[in-house]
Amino acid sequence: MNYHLNHLRELEAESIFVLREVAAQFERPVLLFSGGKDSILVTHLAMKAFHPAKIPFPLLHIDTGHNFPETIAYRDSLVEKLGAKLIVGSVQEAIDKGMVVEEKGYNASRNFLQTAVLLESLENGKFDAAMGGARRDEEKARAKERFFSHRDEFGQWDPKNQRPELWNLFNGKKHYGEHFRVFPISNWTELDVWQYLAIEEVELPSLYFAHRRKVFMRDGIYLADSEFIPKRPEEEVEERMVRCRTIGDVTCTGVWPSEAQSIEDIIKEVSTARQTERGGRADDKRTETAMEDRKKQGYF
Amino acid sequence: MDFQNNELLRFSTAGSVDDGKSTLIGRLLYDSKSIFEDQYDAIKTTSERRGEENVNLALLTDGLKAEREQGITIDVAYRYFSTPKRKFIIADTPGHIQYTRNMVTGASTANVALILIDARNGIVEQTRRHAFIASLLQIPHLVVCINKMDLVDYSEEVYNRIKDEFSEFSYKLDVRDVHFIPMSALNGDNVVDKSKNMEWYGGGSLLYFLENVHIGSDHNLIDCRFPVQYVVRPYSDEYHDYRGYAGRIAGGVFKKGDKVMLLPSGFTSKIDKIVTYDGELEEAYPPMSVTLLLEDDLDLSRGDMIVRENNHPTITQDLEVMVCWFNDRPLQLRGKYALMHTTQEARCVIKEIRYKLNINTLHRDEEDKKIGMNDIARVVIRTTKPLFTDSYRRNRITGSLLFVDEGTNETVGAGMII
Repeated sequence: MNYHLNHLRELEAESIFVLREVAAQFERPVLLFSGGKDSILVTHLAMKAFHPAKIPFPLLHIDTGHNFPETIAYRDSLVEKLGAKLIVGSVQEAIDKGMVVEEKGYNASRNFLQTAVLLESLENGKFDAAMGGARRDEEKARAKERFFSHRDEFGQWDPKNQRPELWNLFNGKKHYGEHFRVFPISNWTELDVWQYLAIEEVELPSLYFAHRRKVFMRDGIYLADSEFIPKRPEEEVEERMVRCRTIGDVTCTGVWPSEAQSIEDIIKEVSTARQTERGGRADDKRTETAMEDRKKQGYF
Repeated sequence: MDFQNNELLRFSTAGSVDDGKSTLIGRLLYDSKSIFEDQYDAIKTTSERRGEENVNLALLTDGLKAEREQGITIDVAYRYFSTPKRKFIIADTPGHIQYTRNMVTGASTANVALILIDARNGIVEQTRRHAFIASLLQIPHLVVCINKMDLVDYSEEVYNRIKDEFSEFSYKLDVRDVHFIPMSALNGDNVVDKSKNMEWYGGGSLLYFLENVHIGSDHNLIDCRFPVQYVVRPYSDEYHDYRGYAGRIAGGVFKKGDKVMLLPSGFTSKIDKIVTYDGELEEAYPPMSVTLLLEDDLDLSRGDMIVRENNHPTITQDLEVMVCWFNDRPLQLRGKYALMHTTQEARCVIKEIRYKLNINTLHRDEEDKKIGMNDIARVVIRTTKPLFTDSYRRNRITGSLLFVDEGTNETVGAGMII
């Protein structure tokens, strides 16, 4: 008998361990759900971790109001299937209340406003651990992120003051008012995620597969033509077969020319891709350390 | 799908900027085609801006702003790449003595440790330190990368001299499996492809080793240990009296029908079912996360342990521990700390500091009892309640623990049970 797990089952076992650790160590955990494949994966793993019980924490969606409609439809049907509780933090409401001010200009994005709404939602729900689908391979500032990432009462991340993580031991102890961000799929790569979603036959939003869409090119990246993105006069809309490699707010999610119709097609595409998936994220391109700067302010 | 036979291998690297560690990792990523165009373009731009002649592959692994500015690595950074055979996780750590704690962290989960030696300098203090940490953390396989061979004319003599010298001192360490590879990370000799410049070397490249080293025996498959992590209680009509004990197998192979003993109660029962979302299993082994159902209705909770009746861990409140200290507040003799061990928590008092270890010379200093950040010492502790332990050497999961400061909640030390 050969007692070894393949890499996907080992990653799965690690993530399930982390999810159960969160349920055991924290009083009010919450799972951040964006509708992207990574948060879909975390939700799927949570479903497996607590089976046959339901997921013992709610899902929180920070809604910028600038979504692809497919994302919301997918979210609602998944929540119903799981019998989970969904909480929505609305950026639009925060703007209406004057809590945050909308950016102006051609590259305006509500991505940055999400941070304030996220922090408020965590505070309102008195959540002490927020789980997310961030992975260390995504971006250089994330390569050093912990599974259990400590945040002070302002939700700030201090890269110099993170707790060392050894073996299977995760220290979630905290003072009143502090909380943790937890990243159960830290060790997965984009390719691992797709391979796993394929063998698990997880249903995904249609946006991840090639479809015909009106797009335009900006700074070398195709963006979806949407009422939420003002176009410059010279930017011309064309129709192309495209798909999303990540799904975020419509204003900053690049779409890629693709013919991939199935997860198997996507795996082939990803394993030969020459650009990182966040290469299509306009929010990371603002400065060389854009991600690190946002994380320090409490971004996911 | 063919990727389903891939195994996962974790390896740690320790080294300073000068010995070419970042270049080696950059080379592994680049030659195994794990670097994307946008990443490559970014480091190319930076290299040009700095006026460097070649694209500096080391820039790929320098993560945080402060590190890029100062040209140092201050934390553990995790990197990923895969080949058709295996997926690799690299725990990349700085090599200087003030980062011992980072090296210990990176080493804690590694199957393989890479130790870099600059062929021009041979074995230096840092080499001994890295080898010692690998042995202390019981990394099963050690690869000594004798780097910068291009600068010593690919000399077999130099390689042999370093190899002999290393073997002589590693004899005193507790390392089970050591390999030597002469290489030039800068030029790619013996990193991914076998070098044509060193025909005298009969072994394979580093990547060949990483893809083929046998890691099937790295887990303990003998001593059955199942720390209860979480109790699954659905509270639904369908699963009325369901009590599932969720956790990750820390050792041994558990089979359906096995007679088991529960700690701390000492009661015995049988495994009724091994449950996963994908269905029931006949057996479960490390590092699987499963849920166990027992035949008898017994009350177990987080921190308890399921073991076999004839093979149980040491049940004790008195422990001898090698500790690596992580905090700038020194370890306090007679100080009290919170302890995390498997899924169990307790408090402890430091009863005695036996000695501080000089990790460069392995000299045991019984006079200097000041244990500060990055120091390694042997201590005696007493816990508020019994822990279920194995020696770290026997099991890295049931033999390890963390010390947590009760005031700040920081993780202040890592312990390996002797």
